[in-house]
Amino acid sequence: MIRFLRGVGSRSLDRLAGVGRATLVFAAALWRLPRPADVPLIIKQIYQVGVLSLVIVVLSAFCIGAVLALQFHTQLAKFGAQDAVGVGLALVLLRELGPVVTALLFAGRAGSAITAEIGLMKTTEQLSSMEMMGVDPLQRIVAPRLWAGFVSLPLLTAIFNVVAIYGGMIVAVEWMGGDPGGFWSGIQAEVEIWDDIGKGVVKSVVFAVVITWIAVFQGYDTEPTPEGIGLATTRTVVVSSVMVLAIDFLLTLSMYGDFK
Amino acid sequence: MDDTNLIEIEDLYFQRGDRVVFDGLSLTVPRGKITAIMGPSGSGKTTLLRIIGGQVKPDAGVVRVAGKNVGDLGRAELFELREGIGMLFQSSALFTDLTVFENVAFPLREHTDLPEDSICDLVLMKLNAVGLRGARDLLPGQLSGGMARRVALARAIALDPQLLMYDEPFTGQDPIAMGVLVSLIQKLNGALNATSLLVSHDIHETVSICDQIYIIADGKVVGQGHPDVLHNHPSSRIRQFMAGNPDGPVPFHYPADEFLYDVLGSVK
Repeated sequence: MIRFLRGVGSRSLDRLAGVGRATLVFAAALWRLPRPADVPLIIKQIYQVGVLSLVIVVLSAFCIGAVLALQFHTQLAKFGAQDAVGVGLALVLLRELGPVVTALLFAGRAGSAITAEIGLMKTTEQLSSMEMMGVDPLQRIVAPRLWAGFVSLPLLTAIFNVVAIYGGMIVAVEWMGGDPGGFWSGIQAEVEIWDDIGKGVVKSVVFAVVITWIAVFQGYDTEPTPEGIGLATTRTVVVSSVMVLAIDFLLTLSMYGDFK
Repeated sequence: MDDTNLIEIEDLYFQRGDRVVFDGLSLTVPRGKITAIMGPSGSGKTTLLRIIGGQVKPDAGVVRVAGKNVGDLGRAELFELREGIGMLFQSSALFTDLTVFENVAFPLREHTDLPEDSICDLVLMKLNAVGLRGARDLLPGQLSGGMARRVALARAIALDPQLLMYDEPFTGQDPIAMGVLVSLIQKLNGALNATSLLVSHDIHETVSICDQIYIIADGKVVGQGHPDVLHNHPSSRIRQFMAGNPDGPVPFHYPADEFLYDVLGSVK
């Protein structure tokens, strides 16, 4: 029993120490505000984590938009309310699915890549050599990836939403024969700038911070072995995904308020 | 601090987990000389380089580099000190996404405001010194182990450091590459008027270029002096190490029961 309690205590302390280290790395990296010389590094990272994630985001968005439109159309047609497909699609995407699904894709595609890259740099002593050259890896390696993540995910979410709505429109209007005027006017009339678009953007920014933070920390703190990199990469995807879903619940609860 | 020494270490204690790595280790590295740190695997040689560079903090003791107590330095001062230190890592630690040219240019771009023309000239000079000017456009993945080590050496000397630290520079090198590295370490130390600290297992190559050797074991310096002195050291353990004998005071076998007992366990 004592051994069990000691084990639980030891693991809890390890987790707590990990959270402490993660907070220190995050704060220290953000404290080093980008210098003019860092701008090309940030742009390169935006390409790595943002532009290279475009294909998976666009493809997923199109498929999800198309599937949602099919489901909406099938159900709403029973009540002769096919024109509401557009607004239903837009609200679900802008408020929930856009930020959440893009964040999950981003964690799998970009988060894992960031962790693996930084972890490999640590394993091959590139971070140590940088330190020994008097160059701070938090400024040179970690901070540009953080800023790139913060910028990229909200933009990817916007692209996801646009493509998904377009995919839904193709199914609902072009394929199922819905009224294009009804589809677009419903969106125009019902979608609110702040309540629907703005709050979705806030969610995507929060997810960007959480995922990029987890990804850079897991890479920076990884055990410098091949197994360590594998574990860190897995942890990035798993922890980020769970955190995104949990935080989404809390954000939805606080943003859209009165569910009684 | 004695001006003739670039590095002074006094009563260094360092523990990793339950294992004591350094237990009151003291040594000095004289300016302008090549000093070697040797010792059995796991004796903390690489850790010592990291402590000197301020990457690892000791539990107790004083480490002075160029008169500065490394333990007292803040992050900015430490980074400033490191600009005067060039380190060659065992894995070369080249940046895999940068070309050979960009790897060598990296410290110059980070620490100087030199115009691009000057950086280009300096990089080509450093690469020429290690014989790899023609490889400037290659990526690290396209280099052999020996070439990568030489590029890392060119990068380490980019800022003309006063201290060069080498972590196992000869490990995994073919005889020609090893000969090239031996020659380069010796020539660069003289040309840059630098001080070199070399951690190595390769006795023959190390002895051929170093001015003094420290042998560390069990967390302490167990022998020091000119290579010739160590070959005839009164301690049989040091003589075994210098001669590379497989058995002696440091046994070949890991402690175990008698072989016969293990093999014929059933009739024990």
